[in-house]
Amino acid sequence: MSKLISARLIAILVGLTFVIVVMFAFFGGLYTLATEGFGEETAEHEFHKHPNEYPFAFNGPFGRWDVAQLQRGLTVYEQVCSACHSLKYVAFRDLADLGYDEAQVKAYAASQTVPGIDPRTGEQTTRPGLPTDYFPSPYPNAVAAAAANNNAIPPDLSLITKARHDGVNYVASLLSGYQAPPAELQREFPDFTVPPGLYYNPYFPNLNLAMAPPLTATGQVTYDDGTVATVPQMAQDVAAFLAWTAEPTMVRRKQTGWPVLLFLVFATVLAYLSKKQIWAAIKPKNRD
Amino acid sequence: MSFPWARQYEPATGLTKWLDEKLPVPRLVYNAVGAGYPVPRNLNYFWNFGVLAGFFLMLQIVTGIVLAMHYAANAQVAFATTEHIMRDINWGWMMRYAHANGASFFFIVIYLHIFRGLYYSSYKAPREMIWLLGVVIFLLMMATAFMGYVLPWGQMSFWGAKVITGLFGAIPLVGEPIQVWLLGGFAPDNAALNRFFSLHFLLPFVTLGVVIMHIWALHIPGSSNPTGVEVKSESDTVPFHPYYTAKDGFGLGIALLAYFAVVFFLPNYLGHPDNYIEANPLSTPAHIVPEWYFWPFYAILRAFTTDFILPAKLWGVIAMFASILLWFFLPWLDKSPVRSGHYRPLFRKFFWFGLIPAMAVLFYCGGAPAEEPFVLLSQFATAYYFLHFLVILPIVSQIETPEPLPYSITEAVLHSDKKPVLGENTAPAV
Repeated sequence: MSKLISARLIAILVGLTFVIVVMFAFFGGLYTLATEGFGEETAEHEFHKHPNEYPFAFNGPFGRWDVAQLQRGLTVYEQVCSACHSLKYVAFRDLADLGYDEAQVKAYAASQTVPGIDPRTGEQTTRPGLPTDYFPSPYPNAVAAAAANNNAIPPDLSLITKARHDGVNYVASLLSGYQAPPAELQREFPDFTVPPGLYYNPYFPNLNLAMAPPLTATGQVTYDDGTVATVPQMAQDVAAFLAWTAEPTMVRRKQTGWPVLLFLVFATVLAYLSKKQIWAAIKPKNRD
Repeated sequence: MSFPWARQYEPATGLTKWLDEKLPVPRLVYNAVGAGYPVPRNLNYFWNFGVLAGFFLMLQIVTGIVLAMHYAANAQVAFATTEHIMRDINWGWMMRYAHANGASFFFIVIYLHIFRGLYYSSYKAPREMIWLLGVVIFLLMMATAFMGYVLPWGQMSFWGAKVITGLFGAIPLVGEPIQVWLLGGFAPDNAALNRFFSLHFLLPFVTLGVVIMHIWALHIPGSSNPTGVEVKSESDTVPFHPYYTAKDGFGLGIALLAYFAVVFFLPNYLGHPDNYIEANPLSTPAHIVPEWYFWPFYAILRAFTTDFILPAKLWGVIAMFASILLWFFLPWLDKSPVRSGHYRPLFRKFFWFGLIPAMAVLFYCGGAPAEEPFVLLSQFATAYYFLHFLVILPIVSQIETPEPLPYSITEAVLHSDKKPVLGENTAPAV
């Protein structure tokens, strides 16, 4: 008995040690908070905007790709984004998902120049793309990408919509969100500046973004389907395209989910009924 | 061991008779999860989570083995092979989402299983060994999950590995050599990725071994139950099959519905977007957060912000490990002869109004940035956590007057133990 008491006494002492040490930190923190407050409100915190909600066709559990929109997005990527951003996890063959037939995929691939090797000399050269090739990178390596972009390497776009919170809406909001810093911001934070070579964009976490506004004017790209290429239109189209590049299997995933869930509902109901039947014999009658 | 009224396995066919003499696997199954295992008749749905945990362990092993066929543990290509699985492998996206979310669901069911153990004091004699092995399983799971999260070699993989192995750097004198030795370098790189993959493949099978011992240890005293009153007679029990196979089947259906809803419709909800950016040692993410199932312990780690004889970081590391390791001592800290929280008024108050809110605060603060008020909140909750297990529990179990217990499980269920309304199979032994 005395051994037990001493064992528990040790536990109580150990417990109190942790409590004292953490409460020491707690009161220190409380004192700091009381004397210094929560710290200055930052411009990044106050003026950062969450992405707008866009009604994409692939949203929601029944979402489908809007193939025409994906094709328009490809046009925007090809004519605007691909100047600086790679798309290294996407192959030309994947474009079949966008409603292109085999000949169109081949033709599209052939219109692109990819790195190759000269079959006679073994030297590095370039050649027209094949469907099995991946989208070529605009820069030979990261150093070249940094050198050409004021040291800010343009990220690969294959996964960009999964690599940001609320990524699809973020991309669409960001691309159509460039503006002059609001007057209120200048008033509240007189020290706030947009450094040279950076651009104000409230959808970017620290407000100043190294990417120059890529979509600037209506008609900047020409859509095959005749849609008017306004800046918000292009921004949403390329965001939808990048949602597809980030997860080409998204729609298939949702379509697979429904039969799985329906089967499970059926199986679970059956399991419940058999459980009920099996237990019926020994359940007390007065309680159910 | 089993109760004397446990049904005996009788091989019916020539084959099973032959097998029963040579290698009695059917007998083992019959006695483990069949009609040969008598189980208290009053188990509620909290008793489903052991079976569910076993299910998710097997699911992780199966999906993991398939993923390992396509994955390459090399820092140059690990991120790309993960994308290769997502894009080019038939059903690879489903395997990876099933595995990543399977880990989360494994932790969900394990946390509910532990909650059950804590509320109903399942850890008490004669079930201490089951509890001790359970804590070992939980530690193995945490190690396995941590190393698994490193494998896709995204930004959170890399920086999570750096932060967690950095904890060992807090050990005085030998900390830094240990950290370098664990990583095989000064920062996570190919050597670390390779050994994490190797261990991530090994540890689930170690876990499986401990799970077998956990179930073996369970079958010696038999399952606990919500009243905490031990089985007295045959009328207190029902055979595991078909009663609990049916009940677990229904529970599994519900769990799978929730699990597949996440896998197919919100597969990235429980993950972090930064892990879709390839690991970059030169770019630190704004907020490094572990996976959600580590948040309470991460909050305890970060709660120690002031040096107090020892450096703050070392206190954090000691407290984080202590917060789990103290579970090993629970059977001897809580000496109340009554098991179930249902009959322990004082324990119940501290449990619902102390421990559960403290855990909720720790959970929330562990995922929040290290700013006020989250640091203060997690410090307060950390203090309560240690106070609860190491101070309150021993004292409460000493001073509390428990409420009257039912005479038996049968009485708890039927309000009478002498005239049970039962079928012939479950008639009480006279």
